Amino acid sequence: MSPKTLYDKIWDAHVAHEADDGTCLLYIDRHLVHEVTSPQAFEGLRMAGRSVRAPDKTIAVPDHNVPTTPGREDPKNMTEDSAIQVAALDKNAKDFGIHYYPVSDVRQGIVHIVGPEQGWTLPGMTVVCGDSHTATHGAFGALAHGIGTSEVEHVLATQTLIQKKSKNMKVEITGKLRPGVTAKDITLSVIGKTGTAGGTGYVIEYCGEAIRDLSMEGRMTVCNMAIEGGARAGLIAPDEKTFDYVKGRPHAPKGAQWEAALNWWKTLYSDDDAHWDKVITIKGEDIAPVVTWGTSPEDVLPITAEVPAPESFEGGKVGAAQRSLEYMGLKPGQKLSDIEIDTVFIGSCTNGRIEDLRAAAEILKGKKIAVKRAMVVPGSGLVRAQAEEEGLADIFREAGFEWRLAGCSMCLAMNPDQLAPGERCAATSNRNFEGRQGRGGRTHLMSPAMAAAAAITGKLTDVREMM
Amino acid sequence: MEKFEKLTGIAAPMPLVNIDTDMIIPKQFLKTIKRSGLGVNLFDEMRYDDNGNEIPDFVLNKPQYRDAEILVAGDNFGCGSSREHAPWALKDFGIRSIISTSFADIFYNNCFKNGILPIILPKEAVDVLMKDAEKGSNARMTVDLENQTVTSSDGEVFSFELDSFKKHCLMNGLDDIGLTMEKAAAIDSFEAQASQARPWV
Repeated sequence: MSPKTLYDKIWDAHVAHEADDGTCLLYIDRHLVHEVTSPQAFEGLRMAGRSVRAPDKTIAVPDHNVPTTPGREDPKNMTEDSAIQVAALDKNAKDFGIHYYPVSDVRQGIVHIVGPEQGWTLPGMTVVCGDSHTATHGAFGALAHGIGTSEVEHVLATQTLIQKKSKNMKVEITGKLRPGVTAKDITLSVIGKTGTAGGTGYVIEYCGEAIRDLSMEGRMTVCNMAIEGGARAGLIAPDEKTFDYVKGRPHAPKGAQWEAALNWWKTLYSDDDAHWDKVITIKGEDIAPVVTWGTSPEDVLPITAEVPAPESFEGGKVGAAQRSLEYMGLKPGQKLSDIEIDTVFIGSCTNGRIEDLRAAAEILKGKKIAVKRAMVVPGSGLVRAQAEEEGLADIFREAGFEWRLAGCSMCLAMNPDQLAPGERCAATSNRNFEGRQGRGGRTHLMSPAMAAAAAITGKLTDVREMM
Repeated sequence: MEKFEKLTGIAAPMPLVNIDTDMIIPKQFLKTIKRSGLGVNLFDEMRYDDNGNEIPDFVLNKPQYRDAEILVAGDNFGCGSSREHAPWALKDFGIRSIISTSFADIFYNNCFKNGILPIILPKEAVDVLMKDAEKGSNARMTVDLENQTVTSSDGEVFSFELDSFKKHCLMNGLDDIGLTMEKAAAIDSFEAQASQARPWV
């Protein structure tokens, strides 16, 4: 048998039909659904008189548009349009008989945090969702990617996707990370190196000692941003850490099925002599704590650097960098660590897991914030409960953070959690696009520890100085 | 889905690189549960000021580009969020084809589900077409899907590559779900075999 990558193996195990031109029907094991990109898909099913083919493999949870403030179980406490979308998901979940975690359920949260937490996401699966950050689930060695609403409808109706295979890209992070450097710094640094289109046409497998050393939470952070590098999906081969994380979760296999699953999962790695279409290697020790300075996730620099001059770029990026600096209100040559911030946002499917909250709380313990507002939005109700049990919530509250309910919140700012024009935010989310966190809002992406450090000093800060 | 065969129309130049789907349709317009009516908010934050007035300098507000049906755009168009509201908004405005050196994967796929043809051409070709688009409404380009060509207003012809299945569906306005349902037997048999091999799924 010819050597295969992990992606090849998962792909091959899911092709339900292949046409002469290589167009495949890829079978989908888990379909995650949220309130914003699904209403039109369910409406399409109704109009065509179609049903959901595999409701037992379809899991819905409202997250993008829900308030993160108390009392939200009552639709009266939502904006009218949020209430309509949430009510539509309530109804669609009920009518089509799919698994559902309503806002009142402690298990509700960001769809990409809920999936792994409940054991829906397992190694070797195909996972899709009408959300680009579906790549998160790749941390389990699952082939996971975002789809549009038409494809959501297609998967609901047929449990398959029409796909052509992507190319294979290996991103290896060798050796050890230095103190203060986290999974977020890895994933941002990779995008800084490849650019936001560097992964277009590829599925990335992240490997190397620094990736192996990461916890499952860290691996999810890395894979989450594969899409920001343009890749269809990001993958990490499952190992003992993966199996330990999965074992015992509500929807993970049990007993004899667990053993059978484990036997297969242990074959899910890239063969030594597998073919790679592109290889990127970064030394773990070369990665520093980074922040973004512009309006694209590729605008990444170590916190010790200065705001770059647009002329230092080439081609269309010169104009884009000029526009970014104007939007961000920054000048070339300005030290990144001199940039003052107004707001701190800790949360999102990138960094809203328990380990992220621990890392931020570690820095914040016994300190007070020096910014106008700071907010922690746990990734799920269960993360929130655990953080309260561990005393993290008290640390955040005492430092001056708002302690919110689970949801996507200010990552995409569909709900009332938004930046005002010109407001500058240190955020643990995934996109610093113009207007992403609110019209005119200025976003700097970074790790939870770096965001916590910024909250204490009121400016972008090298977290290593506080360790 | 609306068929796409051949289109001759005004092309608007948008040389900015990495135009993301948040720019194409900002999140406040994702609160709809419909697909229609998003054209008025296409590029909303670039197109209107804080008071909702048109920003005259924005390309689609200029008289010569208000009826544009083609966009010539910088690299990596449509990156970011998977929101299909982006092609819905483009289509609703009247854009039927977008030309760039590269597109983000999800956006690219979403276009084909909505009767929009995204065209990938080498940088040199996009540069020529960008200049052509800058000439305004008297310069009309032609996009011919069957022959896979773009013809500039000067008659310069550029050929582009396209997946044959995507082309077939777009030219005939085919519904993906209907096509896939014709293969229900293959899906049934795969499902039966997979539930034996991986019963825990």
